Amino acid sequence: MLRLPPFRYVAPRTAGEAARILAGHGPEAMAVAGGTDLFPNMKRRQFTPRLLVGLRNLEGASGVQANGGLTVGALATLSAVAASPVVTARWPAVARSAGLVSSPPLRNAGTMGGNLCVDTRCNYYNQSESWRASIGYCMKKDGEVCLVAPGSDKCWALSSSDTAPVMIALGAEVTLVGPSGERRIAVSDLYGPDGIAYLTKRPEEVLTAIHVPDRSGWATTYRKVRRRGSIDFPVLGVAVAVRRGASRQVEEARIVLGAVHTAPVEAADAEEFLRGRPLDPETIEMAAGIAYKPAKPLDNADLAYAWRKRMARIEVARALREVAGLPTGDLPAIAS
Amino acid sequence: MGDPVAAVAALDEETAEEALKLVEVDYEAMPALMSIDEALQRPDARIHDYGPRGNVHKEVSFDFGDVEAGFAEADHVREDTFFFEGNTHLPMEQHAAVGSRGPDGKLTVWSSTQTPHYVHRALAKVLEMPAAHIRVIACPNGGGFGGKSDPFSHEIVVAKLSMKAGRPVKVTLSREEVFYCHRGRHPVAMWVKTGLKKDGTITAMHFRSVLDGGAYGSYGVASLYYTGALQTVTYRIPRYKFEGVRVFTNKPPCGPKRGHGTPQPRYALECHVDKFCHDLGLDPVRWRIENALSPGAITANQMQVRTIGLRECLERVVERSGFSSKRGRLGAGRGVGLAASAYISGAGLPIYWNAMPHSGVQIKVDRGGGVAVFCGSTDIGQGSDSVLAYVVAEELGILPEDIRVMTADTDLTPVDLGSYSSRVTLMTGNAALQAARRVREPIFAAAARKLGVPVDRLRAASRRIFDADEPSRSLSFAEAVVLAESEFGTLGSVGSYTPPRSIARWKGAGVGPTPTYSYSACVVELSADRETGIVRVDKVWIAHDVGRSINPLLVIGQVEGSVYMGLGEVLMEEQAFRKGRHKIPSMLDYKSPTTLEMPPVESILVETLDPEGPYGAKECGQGPLLPVIPAVANALFDALGVRIDEVPITPEKVVAALEGRLRGPRMPALTYPQTVVVPPLAPGAPAAPPAPAASPGGSR
Ligand SMILES: Cc1cc2nc3c(=O)[nH]c(=O)nc-3n(C[C@H](O)[C@H](O)[C@H](O)COP(=O)(O)OP(=O)(O)OC[C@H]3O[C@@H](n4cnc5c(N)ncnc54)[C@H](O)[C@@H]3O)c2cc1C
Ligand code: SF4
Repeated sequence: MLRLPPFRYVAPRTAGEAARILAGHGPEAMAVAGGTDLFPNMKRRQFTPRLLVGLRNLEGASGVQANGGLTVGALATLSAVAASPVVTARWPAVARSAGLVSSPPLRNAGTMGGNLCVDTRCNYYNQSESWRASIGYCMKKDGEVCLVAPGSDKCWALSSSDTAPVMIALGAEVTLVGPSGERRIAVSDLYGPDGIAYLTKRPEEVLTAIHVPDRSGWATTYRKVRRRGSIDFPVLGVAVAVRRGASRQVEEARIVLGAVHTAPVEAADAEEFLRGRPLDPETIEMAAGIAYKPAKPLDNADLAYAWRKRMARIEVARALREVAGLPTGDLPAIAS
Repeated sequence: MGDPVAAVAALDEETAEEALKLVEVDYEAMPALMSIDEALQRPDARIHDYGPRGNVHKEVSFDFGDVEAGFAEADHVREDTFFFEGNTHLPMEQHAAVGSRGPDGKLTVWSSTQTPHYVHRALAKVLEMPAAHIRVIACPNGGGFGGKSDPFSHEIVVAKLSMKAGRPVKVTLSREEVFYCHRGRHPVAMWVKTGLKKDGTITAMHFRSVLDGGAYGSYGVASLYYTGALQTVTYRIPRYKFEGVRVFTNKPPCGPKRGHGTPQPRYALECHVDKFCHDLGLDPVRWRIENALSPGAITANQMQVRTIGLRECLERVVERSGFSSKRGRLGAGRGVGLAASAYISGAGLPIYWNAMPHSGVQIKVDRGGGVAVFCGSTDIGQGSDSVLAYVVAEELGILPEDIRVMTADTDLTPVDLGSYSSRVTLMTGNAALQAARRVREPIFAAAARKLGVPVDRLRAASRRIFDADEPSRSLSFAEAVVLAESEFGTLGSVGSYTPPRSIARWKGAGVGPTPTYSYSACVVELSADRETGIVRVDKVWIAHDVGRSINPLLVIGQVEGSVYMGLGEVLMEEQAFRKGRHKIPSMLDYKSPTTLEMPPVESILVETLDPEGPYGAKECGQGPLLPVIPAVANALFDALGVRIDEVPITPEKVVAALEGRLRGPRMPALTYPQTVVVPPLAPGAPAAPPAPAASPGGSR
């Protein structure tokens, strides 16, 4: 059986205190929210923190508040957000992405903050200690080279958060609390340059809230590709947000791809292409043909990578058709 | 990677792990041979020093009738090549074992095994201890599917270390280690050639299979024979030739998984049938029904069919699903597919040669009217304990809840060979039937005397024994037991079952014969996304000839479970390797469907009341898996017009096939051994099997 390594656990009441404890212990300490990502990784010894700083007791960090915009506490569970009437009504893509994460038990434990901070994934890395030892480890943990792209000087582990692409497409921001103060940054600025330094957040900073602007007037969606709808991580996520003017021309479009790179990828060229055009089938096909180009899947996740790349084009097109109110091309539901 | 090398016992796992890191092993690096082709290309780098040559573990070739003459007679000859990727059992419970030596010096091993008797034998041999000093107890088991049939290293380790340490020792495998233990579905490359008359009559069939056995033998010789044995027991094939080779590679060893060696050739065969029906413009339903064997048929490879519900399975599943009106008419991207199959109800021979029964049952009757049934059979979730209770309760006219069943303990229960080859209901059922009828005799004799009624007029039901002609003349079962014990002494009995001797007279015919074959037919309806290649199974109808359904709930559980497993194998599961390692040894990354991926299933139970089965029962635990896989492949052809001759059928393969760039499978380059020409059975050979140990029908 795989067992957790030994650790001490503290559960402070404020984010500032949590940040100070984390800063005080340096790399020996880690924050934990729902633990659904961190604990499996600890069992496989990707992480062996001596001290875990539990965030579950943080005061006022698990609510969902909607005024003009939406504020989601970092400790709000994925289930709570997926089921929240106001989120479902006004930010449906947020509810949908949270509701598509893994499985019901994991959504009951997993948090929104943890989802934005979820570790990058690679099937050379998400393995037991003994498996990784047998292959000589890799750059992301304990080794020297990247086993997927041996010539590469960077790690290509995949950003696998379902909510991150949506948050970026909606222009959301996060509050980060450090030992001596807090800052607010765009979710798009939360992600780092490669699969190792995948967050720009400093290790001691605690994410306390996610702020989503009012997006009334926008049509949004999130689509997820995975082998099994019951539990799997995405091999592709597509978030789309589109605002159209009175003439039905696109005024603004955001297209963000998940699980195809070390960070969520904004398809800026396709967004630019769509501006001022109608969302008709031809335009959509052309936009999708531009949007999937920055996807860089490698052979480190489920399903063939060439197929995953191809799917990025198909799914962007379907997502755009969905927000345009056109038939998506999905298999029709069956009446049973 | 994944082969056990050394074992450490400690007071806790942390210490044991630290100690393991201190074990130094010197390895001599050898090339990692990770496929059939690689293993064949490096005969110099032998994985084992046995087998006929290089990395060939076992090779066979048999010709039953002159197939070349059959092909010469044919109007149409078709050849196809298929590949079936390996996959694993994925039981919910990981293997675990505890060993403990008692103060009397005797050893007890508790294990999550399907075959306590074989573990018992292996331990006696390896530990060089008298078998009488070893007790193996198979624990209630969280799923086996064949993956807990081999005696394993960890069972030997707990025994040995507990004897050294003088304390109980426990090993629980990690999920990753379960993937390495494996003994699952063999990857098999297959080639089949069939000659047909214009009307669809087969003149000859030639079948080749090459198996990737992984690093050890396991039951691989049987697996190899099974890839050639059961092609003949569904449709009329007058001449048949089988050539097969099992190759060692450096992967986790393959062995028996639900259907043992037959799902792969059945997939090939049923797709091949649809293809030649397509060539000849024949209806795939009609062809299957018209060419189905008749009861009592003897096949080219000398397999004896007894009852056969194949036609009825086909008719009912086609009717219920509306297959014939749906095929080719569901519209773009939707399709239906049909396939049929057969499976053994227990192997005709044990794993080691002996003339003893395959299953034994002991019954002890208590003065209070309770009954204890002892049997070595192992309940791995399929309900075999319940079947023992049902049979004995039926014979004695008491209720299943009056019965205590004690199973799978080599000290306390008579030998049953184990939960494999779909043998348990038929064999333990027959043994229980015999034991129950024997113990009923003194009870009925005493009751008859008391009631003043001839014995043959007595019946037993609802805990009473009564006169069939005048049911008010009765006494309770418990009263009758007291009378019988007073008259005859302590009450108990034994019963046993040995399968009828096979009529086959060729070396290698140990695999394939069975007391009786079960039959299945399946229709799958699916939708396929032409753009993404994603296949969604919308509904499954399956008919299964179970002989007699002793408990329909348990039977349907097995049928639906088989459908689930078949769908996983055809659409997603694969033991994938990369850089000499298992690529995805975890339950998250090895993709197998969950309940949410399951389509609705309609099960149809067909009863043929086989004379060899208890009350007519046949198997249902493995057979229903077989037709599911080819039915999906055939339905995909109906939906998209493409053939994927390689399992699993993944979205990328579908897309590649639609774009005409799917490279079909090919056979490994190798030479097959010299063919053994098997002469036909002499006329007048015993067509009818010897009388079964117990005849069907219970007390009324
Ligand atoms: C079987 C399985 C399937 C899964 N499928 C999916 C999936 O489909 N999609 C998906 O997106 N995820 C998936 N996950 C991953 C995970 O369950 C989710 O991402 C979840 O939202 C993580 O949240 P958590 O609170 O459990 O994070 P934790 O495990 O507690 O933390 C994850 C990381 O974030 C850090 N962290 C957490 N909260 C904060 C905070 N407030 N401030 C600073 N740092 C923080 C932790 O230190 C840790 O490094 C899956 C996990 C499993 C085991
Ligand atoms: S992408 Fe390369 S470096 Fe990163 S985890 Fe995978 S193998 Fe390791």
